[in-house]
Amino acid sequence: MSFSQAIITVLVIAAGTLATRALAFLLFPAGRAVPSCISYLGKVLPSATIALLIVYCVKHVEPLEPPYGLAELAAIILVAVLQHFFKIMLLSIIAGTAAYMLLLQWVFV
Amino acid sequence: MDETQSPHSEPERELSSSWAAAFQAAFPHTIAVMTGYLFMGMAFGILLQSQGYSQWWALFMSVVIYAGAMQFVAVDVLTSPFAPFSAFILTLMVNARHVFYGFSLLDIFKGFGRLKGYLIFGLTDETFSLICSVPPPPAIPRDRFYLALTILDHIYWISGCTLGAFLGSRLSFNTRGIDFVMTALFVAILVEQWRQKRNRPPALAGLAATGLCLFLFGPENFILPAMALVVLLLILGRSFMEGRFLER
Repeated sequence: MSFSQAIITVLVIAAGTLATRALAFLLFPAGRAVPSCISYLGKVLPSATIALLIVYCVKHVEPLEPPYGLAELAAIILVAVLQHFFKIMLLSIIAGTAAYMLLLQWVFV
Repeated sequence: MDETQSPHSEPERELSSSWAAAFQAAFPHTIAVMTGYLFMGMAFGILLQSQGYSQWWALFMSVVIYAGAMQFVAVDVLTSPFAPFSAFILTLMVNARHVFYGFSLLDIFKGFGRLKGYLIFGLTDETFSLICSVPPPPAIPRDRFYLALTILDHIYWISGCTLGAFLGSRLSFNTRGIDFVMTALFVAILVEQWRQKRNRPPALAGLAATGLCLFLFGPENFILPAMALVVLLLILGRSFMEGRFLER
């Protein structure tokens, strides 16, 4: 990708990001009532979306081919267990990422 | 009141002191975000420069995009063939949850004037959480307090990304796998959401629908059908959710 293509790509991504953040304010300027369906989705979508993003993050994993995604699985379990018991986000993230990098570089080479 | 002061200095002093007060009040609430953004920003910066983009790219991206997950995905996009339309659609999908942040803040941001644009621009997951959970101090104008939160968070992010890219080329250890930081973040967030029973059915629906679509459509094409299926499942489950978990 050339320099100007990269610039365009970044700007396109920036525009898309801003668009998602601004959409609600554009659709419902002051006063217009929010339909109850939208308000319902606003309550349930966040958790569903986080789950979708987790699957998105591991989309490259092939469970039927060595190493069968074991590094990802082990690291995800570690993050979940640490977060469940200690409730310290940064600890869970750092420990999980470190474990994943170690597994990737030394075990499942 | 001091009668020797000119009529102009009082409002000016109130103006600057209200900004200073807003930042002073906002800062303690942002400390957790600061550590998170510095760390994750650096991971992004390291990853970015490992793909051949300098700290100036990290600076540029963290200023104009300002989105953690999307910036990590962007590294993938920048190392693929030029495809701006598909990049735009991908951005809309990865950031779709931010659409619902806006819905949640329609009332809170009502009447905020010109500052609203930047507040909307800066709606990251963490800033959104802060705005929803931290009550503004009584003496401070609400819009300035939220703006201070947003500006501080943005500064932390820019610093982390730029520093990471700057240091990355100078680091001697192998950084392969550092992009897992994004997966780890989402898993940790999901664990926290899981504690509330009402978030469990939507999370399970999200996992099942996305997993199924990944299996059916493959890694390049599954996101759009996954999002459609997730929304469909949630709408189908509305009476169940409102009956058991949610207030209408």
